[in-house]
Amino acid sequence: MTDGANAALVEVLLRHADDNTILGQRLGEYISSAPELEEDLAIANGALDHIGVAMHLYEYAAEIAGGDASVDGYSMRRNEREFTNALIVEQPNTDFAHIVARSFLFGVYQKLLWEQLSRSSDERLAGIAARALKEATYHVTHARRWVVRLGDGTPESHARMQTAIDEMWRFTSELFEQPDIDSVLIESGVVFDITRERAKWDAAVDDALEEATLVRPEDPYQATGGRLGRHTEHLGHLLAEMQWLQRTYPGASW
Amino acid sequence: MVSEHQTTFDETIAADEKIEPRDWMPDAYRNTLIRQIAQHAHSEVIGMQPEGNWITRAPTLLRKAILIAKVQDEAGHGLYLYSAAETLGVSRDELQEMLHSGRHKYSSIFNYPTLSWADIGVIGWLVDGAAIVNQIMLQGASYGPYARAMVRICKEESFHARQGYAILMTLAKGTDEQRQMLQDAVDRWWWPALMMFGPHDSESTHTEQSMDWKIKRMSNDDLRQLYVDQTVPQGEYLGITFPDPDLHFDEESGHWRFGEIDWDEFWAVVTGDGPMNRERVAHKKKAWEDGAWVREAATAYAVKHAAETAKVA
Ligand SMILES: [Fe+2]
Ligand SMILES: [Fe+2]
Repeated sequence: MTDGANAALVEVLLRHADDNTILGQRLGEYISSAPELEEDLAIANGALDHIGVAMHLYEYAAEIAGGDASVDGYSMRRNEREFTNALIVEQPNTDFAHIVARSFLFGVYQKLLWEQLSRSSDERLAGIAARALKEATYHVTHARRWVVRLGDGTPESHARMQTAIDEMWRFTSELFEQPDIDSVLIESGVVFDITRERAKWDAAVDDALEEATLVRPEDPYQATGGRLGRHTEHLGHLLAEMQWLQRTYPGASW
Repeated sequence: MVSEHQTTFDETIAADEKIEPRDWMPDAYRNTLIRQIAQHAHSEVIGMQPEGNWITRAPTLLRKAILIAKVQDEAGHGLYLYSAAETLGVSRDELQEMLHSGRHKYSSIFNYPTLSWADIGVIGWLVDGAAIVNQIMLQGASYGPYARAMVRICKEESFHARQGYAILMTLAKGTDEQRQMLQDAVDRWWWPALMMFGPHDSESTHTEQSMDWKIKRMSNDDLRQLYVDQTVPQGEYLGITFPDPDLHFDEESGHWRFGEIDWDEFWAVVTGDGPMNRERVAHKKKAWEDGAWVREAATAYAVKHAAETAKVA
C-alpha cells in the first residue's frame, strides 16, 4: 500500500477503535448500577466486547503506524481533539433508557459497518470485523428487546424510552458520514461507502420503534464533528477519568 | 424420639453424602444454610462495588477488560448462589430485601475503600485468595447445590487471584511510586483479609453446629492459619512487608505465627460501623430503586403479550 493509503487506514482503524473504547468506557461506568443482576452481566458483556474490538483495531493501527505507536498510547495518551469517535458513544448514562437507546441506535449502525468490513480486501480488518459482527448482532438483539419492552411497557417506561430516543436522535446522522480520506481505501475495496447503508438503518430502527409503540423523532438538527475530533463537552471528562493513572505516572508500566 | 426423617438425615451426613433440595432436613439446618448462602451471594454482589470503583480508571485497556471480566464473574457468582439459596424455599427478592434492610450481612472486607490501583491487585491476591481457602473447604459442604456451586466458583476465583497477583508483580517491578502504592495497599488490606475468616473458634457461635452438619469442614482459626501459611511466602516474593511485627516462622510447628487481630475493629465493621458500610448498602438500594420502573415495564410487557398470545391461541 502507498503511504497515503496507510495513513488513511490508520485513521479508519482509530476512528472505529475510538467508538468502541468510549462506548466500552461508558458501559463500564454503569456496572453494578443496573436494574437487576442479569443486566449488570449483560452490560459488562457489552463493555468487554467493545474494549476487545478496540484493542484489536489499535493494535493493527500501531503496527501500520510503526514507531512508538501502541494500544496504550492510542487509548491513554491522546487528547480529546485526537479522538475521532462518533458523538453518540460519549453521551452520558442518564438513565437505563438512554443506555438502551444509545446501544440500539449505535448498534444497528455498527452491525451494518461490520457486515461491510467483514468483506474487506484487507484480511486482517475483515477478520476483526467478522468477529465483531457476531458480537454486534447480539448487542442489537439485546438492546432492541429493551427498546420494545420499555416502549410498550408502562406509561412511565414509554415516556422515558421516547425521551431517550429523542435525545440520542441528533447524534445518528453523523454515523453515516464518510470522511474524504476514505476514498483511497474505497477504491481498493478495503472499506466501503457507509452512506449506502443508511436506508437499512432507517428500516431497522423504524421497525423497532413501531413495535415499541414509539414515534420516530423529527428533530431536524443533526450534530457533527466527532470524526474531526470536535466533541461534546462530555468527552473531556470521560478521558480525564480514563487516562488519569497513565497521565499521573508518565513512563510507568502497568 | 428421633423421627425416621431425622435418622435418614443423620445417616446421610454421617456417610458424607449430599443432602438434596427434595430431601427432608431439620429446619435449623435449612435456616443456617439460607443465611450462609445468602450472605455469600450478597458478598459477591456487594464486592462488585469496590472493584467497580476502578473500572473507569484502570491503567490500560487490557487491565480494564480483565477487571470488567472479574466483576462480571462476581455478578455471576451472586446469581448462582441466589439460585442455590432458592432451592431452600426463599425467593431472590426476599433475600435482596434482607440485604437492603440490613438484616442480612455480607463479607465485611467489602466495607473497606479501594483507594489506589494497587488495591485492585491486592484484592485479587488477598481477598480472592482468602475466599478460595474458604470455598475449597465448602466444596465438601453437605448440601449438594451449595457444594456444586463452590466447585464452579472456585475455578474462577483462582483466576482472579492469579490476575491480582500479576498486577502486583508489575507494580513490584515498577517505579518507586508503584512499589509504595503496593506496600500501602498491603498495609491497609492485610488485617481485614485475616478478619475474613471470622472470630476465634472460641467466640464463634455457629461453628460447632455447622461442623456437625458438615456445612463447614474446618474451623475459622484453622482456615486462617492455612491462609497465612500459604500467603506469607507469596508476599515475600513480591518484596513487600506485612504490617505485623509479630509475624514469624515457627520452626517447630512449621507455621507462620501472627499477631492478634484488632477484634474491636472487626466487630465494629460487622455491626455496621466500617468505612464504607453505609455507602455499599446505599449504592445497592439506589440501583434497585432506580431500576424499579424498568422491572415494572418488563413485567407489564410480559403480561400484556402473554394475554395477546393467549387470545390468538
Ligand atoms: Fe466470586
Ligand atoms: Fe473473585
